Amino acid sequence: MPLEVKNLTKVFAVGLFRRKEILAVDGVSFSVKPGEFVSLVGESGSGKTTTAKMILRLLQPTSGSIMFDGRDVWGLRGIDELRWYWKNVHGIFQDPYASYNPLHKIDRILYQAFMLMGHSSTDKDSMVEEVLREVGLRPDDVLGKYPHELSGGQRQRIMVARCYMLRPMLILADEPISMIDASTRASVLQLFSKLREESKTSVIFITHDLGLAYYVSDEIMIMHDGSIVEKGPPDEVIDHPQDPYTKRLREDVPLLYRKWTGF
Amino acid sequence: MALLQAEDIKAYYSVRKGYVKAVDGLDLVIEKGITVGLAGESGCGKTTLVNTLMMNVKPPLFLVEGTIILDGKVISKMDRSTLKKNVWGVLASIVPQSALNALMPTKRILDFVRDVISHHMDVSDSEVVSMAEKRFEELNLPVEALSLYPHELSGGMKQRAVIAVSTLLNPKLLVVDEPTSALDVSTQKQVLKILMDLKTTGITESMIFVTHDIAVLRQIADWIVIMYAGKIVESGSTENILHDPEHPYTYCLINAVVTPEPEVRKRGLTSIRGEPPNLLDPPKGCRFHPRCPKVMNICRSKEPVLVEIGGSRLVSCHLFPPDA
Repeated sequence: MPLEVKNLTKVFAVGLFRRKEILAVDGVSFSVKPGEFVSLVGESGSGKTTTAKMILRLLQPTSGSIMFDGRDVWGLRGIDELRWYWKNVHGIFQDPYASYNPLHKIDRILYQAFMLMGHSSTDKDSMVEEVLREVGLRPDDVLGKYPHELSGGQRQRIMVARCYMLRPMLILADEPISMIDASTRASVLQLFSKLREESKTSVIFITHDLGLAYYVSDEIMIMHDGSIVEKGPPDEVIDHPQDPYTKRLREDVPLLYRKWTGF
Repeated sequence: MALLQAEDIKAYYSVRKGYVKAVDGLDLVIEKGITVGLAGESGCGKTTLVNTLMMNVKPPLFLVEGTIILDGKVISKMDRSTLKKNVWGVLASIVPQSALNALMPTKRILDFVRDVISHHMDVSDSEVVSMAEKRFEELNLPVEALSLYPHELSGGMKQRAVIAVSTLLNPKLLVVDEPTSALDVSTQKQVLKILMDLKTTGITESMIFVTHDIAVLRQIADWIVIMYAGKIVESGSTENILHDPEHPYTYCLINAVVTPEPEVRKRGLTSIRGEPPNLLDPPKGCRFHPRCPKVMNICRSKEPVLVEIGGSRLVSCHLFPPDA
């Protein structure tokens, strides 16, 4: 079991004088098997990104445990253990622009991934080029450029290229395709599938897009007000929702082949 | 009678390297009482087209050629001050993309209402307030929102307030540019609802809805126009376009949409290879030919024309030759 989350809770305290506590994530538990695609679906403010940040070690949980490959994620000590974690758990964010240092060329972010793998630097150029071709980018188009010179789709693909080099066991993809035009979405999703086939990578899709979740996942978890209200395989959760919130969400999504009634 | 008629529109951006042909020889007719959905990838000229139709043309954008007739008036010949006085807000309103970020943070919603009304009418302040309250009630919006500042409203509420304010003077045509792309699905539905209400209450007659989300158009549009690289490639009724797309681009565009429906899961998701062309130097022949899965030899050299294929449906593709 690569990832096991138990009773994960995050409380944010806001206000300087009058402290107010906000329960952002409320006792969330789930697990992800090797090569499994899981979607965490919810609207803005449901706590889905907070959950992802805690798994990525970007935000300390208030309580609960996150076990990755048998080790407590928040109990990792020392650079070696952390490096092991960074190599195996990878985040892809909604706006890939924020993941880049605007002062450094694209090459650097790829070489850094390369160093994280502990390779010698002699064959790095050929390997970087190979990986870029793998994600459908021409090396000449992106190497030597700065992040602002690339399109949103290209930046997103470079994040995926990094995943390709590191072959992580788990990817947390926060709205991975919302920045990408509908016409190129399929090719990015195919890259995730390819990683799953080749390296048994698991992916947690964090999204508000019920259509995407329905299409890619083995399991869907619906999150509302910090808790998971319903989970199960897509056919069950989407086609026969039980929870009232899931039902409402399902009704609010515009469909391609059905028109809203009484609208 | 058509509400809006645009003939042979060419709108180019003048840049250092030449002209970006964002809208290049395009005809469009918007009938009365119809909601038209304008769809296409980003960078295909949707926003430029609607701005041009409103004559909201400012350098570096130029209307190079074409006539635009709105409600019997040739607006393409009008100057900016006439447009401001007699057209914008009165005959036609546009809610631009990310309009919810365009609200001045130090003004209350009611101040925007005052701005709009005082520009066109000479009425007392109490009349302005009662007009605004009446309209908000009509559209089921909370009247209290009028006295709030933009930051006190949620994204969906802001967008609905912007729509309500821009239609205060009952414009015949309302143009909305990507009004829901930044919103959650439940807020999106509320915004779509208010747009529907505007039409059913008769506040506006026709609407142009610009989006890249075809599933949204399914819910709201009567007619769909598909644009690619500055040109119309196909137009037809929503039912026809969705169930029986004729142009390869339309077909690809629909197949790139995922919605939680069994049909979609069955058909899968496909990408359109390549990227939209650079409009500084669009491809010769059919502009879609470098990406088209059904490309033929003729497509590389000869540009197809829009032909009617029954039911006032138009397609611009060599698979549908004009004489056939």
